[in-house]
Amino acid sequence: MTGVRVLVGTAKGGFILTSDEARENWDISGPHFPGAEVYHMKGSALNPDLIWASQPNDWFGQLVHRSRDGGQTWEQVSNELRYDGETGTHQWYDGTPHPWDFKRIWHLEPSIHDENVIFAGVEDAAMFKSIDGGESWQELPALRNHSTGDSWQPGAGGLCLHTILQDPRDPDRLYIAISAAGAFRTDDGGETWLPINKGLRSDYIPDQDAEVGHCVHNLALHPSRPDTLFMQKHWDVMRTDSAGELWTEVSGNLPSDFGFPIVVHAHEPETIYVVPILSDYYHYPPEGKLRVYRSRSGGNEWEALTAGLPQENCYVNILRDAMSIDTLPECGIYFGTTGGQVYASADSGDTWNAIVHDLPKVLSIEVQTLS
Amino acid sequence: MIRVIIPSQLGSLSDAPKEAVIQVDGTVTPNAILDALEVTYPRLKGLLRDNQTRQRRPMIRYFVAEEDISHADPDAELPAEVASGKEPFWIVAAISGG
Repeated sequence: MTGVRVLVGTAKGGFILTSDEARENWDISGPHFPGAEVYHMKGSALNPDLIWASQPNDWFGQLVHRSRDGGQTWEQVSNELRYDGETGTHQWYDGTPHPWDFKRIWHLEPSIHDENVIFAGVEDAAMFKSIDGGESWQELPALRNHSTGDSWQPGAGGLCLHTILQDPRDPDRLYIAISAAGAFRTDDGGETWLPINKGLRSDYIPDQDAEVGHCVHNLALHPSRPDTLFMQKHWDVMRTDSAGELWTEVSGNLPSDFGFPIVVHAHEPETIYVVPILSDYYHYPPEGKLRVYRSRSGGNEWEALTAGLPQENCYVNILRDAMSIDTLPECGIYFGTTGGQVYASADSGDTWNAIVHDLPKVLSIEVQTLS
Repeated sequence: MIRVIIPSQLGSLSDAPKEAVIQVDGTVTPNAILDALEVTYPRLKGLLRDNQTRQRRPMIRYFVAEEDISHADPDAELPAEVASGKEPFWIVAAISGG
């Protein structure tokens, strides 16, 4: 079947929304893992039947699930994600040393180069890798052991590694982002990591040229231009055209440049989307209007996309991993809200419809394009 | 044989029954019971004790004969009633977490 599969992680289970290419009629399955927090679900780009799910649990810790049949059935894989060696400390909110403590997997990133390889970004911030389809995990410890690691501080959501991007040209090049340490790049498969935060400005950092300490909320890239990255920072929308060597602000005419997710159009590398949020205190859209903003110029010039979205009395948030795209000829854009709605646009954002209205709080959205 | 009461909140997360009956070789301690449980029911690994530290998870508690022993030494010998199976070793999940 040609179509899309939308993987929705929520506070009380996972849901799978499936449609054909028209994206008008949806089949909804779930809740998968009912009652459980599903932080993230993501499918393999190499094998769409292979889907992964992160299920952290306040009582029982982290669980990892794998489906080999497109989400119809699930099996538990290894949940033994152990920091490598001495864990040491990072900084707590008040600047005091705080022991590194594993809490949950925020993001699962299946390799686009090898079906058996999957990366996991976790809180407290670290990067793990499985090379055997989730049967075992190894930390890539050079990241946590970076010379700046003991100075990393958590953001409001914790010290979380929430974003992992892969360079389609080179399996050894990865980008990651940590709240509130910043963005990092590896060019050697995780043996060494380079902070890539030059050009970022953050009012909450006394030293504006600090190598780390920026609260990066999300990163995105287009596979045809992997040296160009877009960033939604705590405040500010940024871009780099040098693989992170230098960032420039492209917030332009946004009504607020605070927000969480950022995505790039599947076929237009300079078309990007954000959802402005009023501020880090309010965590809801300006004026109670849910507006996606699209820039067709890689930033600076933004247009509000409102057709089909509530334009009054809307006070939901859109979390950092809760926006995604499909790669059908007419690119689809999807996002989920903390109010349990999943909105979809089958026309690059011009018009929107709610696929579902009443799910639990949406934590993540990933989309698979099926052919 | 040792009787172990498993938290009901585990539900389908593990293949353990509500009351497990296990054998512990050597001194019967909380950690020895957990070790034996994890051998019999491998999907319990990491759920009741942290994978990294092997410490009891914060929202899990241990009881014997209605006494909370959660904060006792997990390698200390348990009463003979547990080893004989007269009293179960209760693993309780806190009223939280959902």
